[in-house]
Amino acid sequence: MNLSWLMPESVSTFGPALDNLYYVILWITGIVFVVTEVILVYFMIKYRHKEGRKAEYIEGSSKAEWIWTSATAVIVIAIAFYSKGIWDEIRHPDMFPENAYELNVTARQYEWNASYAGPDGVLGTADDILSRNQVHIPVNEPVIVNLESEDVIHSFFLPEFRVKHDAVPGAVWPIWFEATQTGEFPLACAELCGLGHYRMGGTLIVHSREDFDNWLSEMQMEAEDGE
Amino acid sequence: MSDAGIGTIDRAPMPGIGVFNKKLGMWVFLLSEVMFFTSLIGSYIILRYAHPDQFAEPGVILNVNLTAANTFLLICSSVSMVKAFAAIQQGDVKGLQKWLLATIIMGACFVGVQIYEYIELGHEGFLPALTDYAAHAGGPLYGATFYAMTGFHGAHVSLGVLALIFVYIRALRGEYTVADHEGVEVIGLYWHFVDLVWIILFTIVYLI
Amino acid sequence: MSNHIGEGHSEGHHDQGFIKTYIFSTDHKMIAKQFLITSLVFLAIGGILAAMIRWQLGFPGQPLPFNLGAILPDSMAPGGIILPEFYNSLVTMHATFMVFFALMPLMAGVFGNLLIPLQIGADDMAFPRINMLSFWITPVAGAIMLASFFVEGGAAGAGWTSYAPLSTSGEWTGVYMGQILWLVSLIILGFSSITGALNYVTTVIAMRAPGMTWFRIPLATWSLFITAWLLLLAIPILTGGLILLLFDQTIGTAFFRPEGSGEPLMWQHIFWFFGHPEVYILILPAMGFVSEVIANRSRKPVFGYHSMVVAIVAIAFLGWIVWGHHMFQSGMNPFLGMSFMATTVVIAVPSAIKTFNWMGTLWKGDIHFDTPLLHAVSFVALFVIGGLSGIFLASAPVDIYLHDTYFIVAHLHYVLVGGSLFGIFSGITFWFPKMFGRMMNEGLGKIHWVISFIAYNLAFFPMHNLGVQGMMRRIYDPNQYEFLQSLQSTNTFISKSVFVFAAAQIIFAVNFFWSMKKGKKAGDNPWDSNGLEWACPSPPPHGNFAEVPVVHRGPYEYSHPDREEDFWPQDEPIDLGNNAPSANPENEYGE
Repeated sequence: MNLSWLMPESVSTFGPALDNLYYVILWITGIVFVVTEVILVYFMIKYRHKEGRKAEYIEGSSKAEWIWTSATAVIVIAIAFYSKGIWDEIRHPDMFPENAYELNVTARQYEWNASYAGPDGVLGTADDILSRNQVHIPVNEPVIVNLESEDVIHSFFLPEFRVKHDAVPGAVWPIWFEATQTGEFPLACAELCGLGHYRMGGTLIVHSREDFDNWLSEMQMEAEDGE
Repeated sequence: MSDAGIGTIDRAPMPGIGVFNKKLGMWVFLLSEVMFFTSLIGSYIILRYAHPDQFAEPGVILNVNLTAANTFLLICSSVSMVKAFAAIQQGDVKGLQKWLLATIIMGACFVGVQIYEYIELGHEGFLPALTDYAAHAGGPLYGATFYAMTGFHGAHVSLGVLALIFVYIRALRGEYTVADHEGVEVIGLYWHFVDLVWIILFTIVYLI
Repeated sequence: MSNHIGEGHSEGHHDQGFIKTYIFSTDHKMIAKQFLITSLVFLAIGGILAAMIRWQLGFPGQPLPFNLGAILPDSMAPGGIILPEFYNSLVTMHATFMVFFALMPLMAGVFGNLLIPLQIGADDMAFPRINMLSFWITPVAGAIMLASFFVEGGAAGAGWTSYAPLSTSGEWTGVYMGQILWLVSLIILGFSSITGALNYVTTVIAMRAPGMTWFRIPLATWSLFITAWLLLLAIPILTGGLILLLFDQTIGTAFFRPEGSGEPLMWQHIFWFFGHPEVYILILPAMGFVSEVIANRSRKPVFGYHSMVVAIVAIAFLGWIVWGHHMFQSGMNPFLGMSFMATTVVIAVPSAIKTFNWMGTLWKGDIHFDTPLLHAVSFVALFVIGGLSGIFLASAPVDIYLHDTYFIVAHLHYVLVGGSLFGIFSGITFWFPKMFGRMMNEGLGKIHWVISFIAYNLAFFPMHNLGVQGMMRRIYDPNQYEFLQSLQSTNTFISKSVFVFAAAQIIFAVNFFWSMKKGKKAGDNPWDSNGLEWACPSPPPHGNFAEVPVVHRGPYEYSHPDREEDFWPQDEPIDLGNNAPSANPENEYGE
């Protein structure tokens, strides 16, 4: 049984920051959890009914209320501020990396179709290279994925990269991330999209730049041969 | 005053509540109606700003003049409703009956004109839905939002007219007096609300 | 003007006959019982659907046990093996039945009807016939929802959130009539909530007994009153959205369909603008019950009664401005995301206040471990977990990872089951004697509680971990993903725990029905409580009180130092000779 509260290892540049935030929240909530439940159990034991004992008539305490209200407010607002930095880094359009490698990913029931700039070097033209259910990117370079959908809402989920964003039909949503390791990683759909939602998995393949270029050339040649 | 149904106890109301139950209940109900129309009007506003090419300037497709006249009619019916209530407050039962009837007739005409307008628009091809979704003025979004908003409003007016008829019959039977005419006040509230919603709708749909 | 019940009324009601007494009753107490029976039936149905979900996740691809599969048609589970499309309907309908047909009617329909008139000293609701209508709409809507299982294409399968464009057409889900019936059912059901809520609001404002000032109203009624406002304002928004979606499905409009320039995200905005106040509708009444029970069973005033009221109102207000946190990953402007994040974390504050105040109520109390108290303390313990897990989700970047995973499933079940359901158990076991004139069996009650509490946590706590390991929700077969295969043993364990939890509810059902007939007879006030609902017989007759009660003090005067008994009913007359002056002395009655 897996009862771990540890995040799986991350392989993206903003992964560690996001994980850190998660762990900070885990510590804070964990401590509050333990303290609260212990006090609750303690009260249940200590103040259980005993013959002859009477409860104390206490209506409240403004002081206590102010203290715990402010403490809670301060903690949660601090968490929000801390979160803002990471949120902006991942989502703010101004923070999107320049010179990122750009590709399109179009979701549809029940597959992921990626397209890459072809020989003309322009994404979105007739000579784009296509791959189905396998998304290829280079390592150690920021990439921008333009998410689209042909039919219903899907969600592009790369767990190990801490990437998730909905692919909405009728709109294009760009997201960015940067892989720190080569290898093959799961791509999952994270928004109920029909009866095949459960089998809408794909693979993200991270190459070294050299291998990526080779792969692109191979795909180009295959496409040309096919004509 | 036993206005709460079976088994009510006569008692002094809590001090400070100057409003009888049915009136309070109607106010509260009208608040929920505000939220209902907000969701319809809200979606119209969102869709209009997201896809202006799907809509047309008022007057291009819609008959603003006819509807303006219809709006005036509805406002007049609110006036007659006020006069009906004022009449029974004085104990003037005949006045109540007269003005209620006027309100009913004007309300029914409003609905009639709206149905006429719908038929005309339908002939011109302005429908709530199209099989061909290519964006053009009078395309599916414009029709859909127009009919949803005005249609539900029209339904509310129709239900109001039916309720008014019910109140009118009671008025004919002399069931309202100077001391007891809560039903008139309550239907009056509903009627003014329906009128107010129309003024907002007319502005948003036909003028802006 | 008389202070006595209308002449001959209480004798007259014997002649009402079976139909008017039990079927078409306008008596709020009977309506409460009607809601109770229908809600428990739908709770059971929702539970059966959950068991099937867990069967598939715990024992994927295996036929249902005990040859149960034989009951199901091949379109759902050929050979007893649940199909993916049926699985999607299961998750959709489980949530739909639980939220709309079990929890909401239990909270508002049962307890709103039962408690409000009694606790404020009224003889019935402001509009008894509208109240009756409000009940009867529910089984009609419920029947339509149930019928949707039996039409071609099966029941709705787009999630209880019914996101567009998936839900706009059978082209995407394979479900045609089922989605339409889902919408029709909920549109109709909305009227039940609205008519009920307008009754509750009017009654609380206008029909309080003399002396029942706002800050002498018990917290159960306060929370039901505020919940009624939320229902009144939120349900119509949903109704509007459902109607537009129904048009998309039936007459080809394109409100939410991108191919017709519609906006799928607009559905999410409309739904969640309703949906977030909705979750507070689902928890606030339970918080009220818990306050009553903890105060009574600890023989102590609620700690910070005024703050508790303020917190309820604050939660209700703030609940309107957080809806975007359900849409962090939908493509919103990050600045908007930040503002929703801010409002969402702030809403933790009034909830925390309430939690600390419950603990403050227990502190230095004289705690009696009856079944209602056990459930009420469980509510506090489990709601804390649900609330804390919410903090992770409130942080928009962390939500990137956790959104649409089992972490959300854990969070929502901790607040709705650990919170709302245990709160409801607390309320039912506490007010059962008032409803039926008999006590529920304590032994069975405690057994039911302990098994439920343990099994519940064994089932739902590990779901946090599943989410952290990346398991998505609404997934028919996680084993399709290699990175999730190691989680199968956890899923199987969870499923077994859920089955134990579900089985334990049979004990509750047995206790409930047996006690109705054979339980120990209860007097007017078996819990030595202060509220006006205990100042009349169990069960109360039509009209509730023989004479209009007059209120002299707040509802939580337990263990007052100047009194020998550890409780002081709200309507007990002031005896200036022996007892101390009433609490809250400043009021317009000059007391």
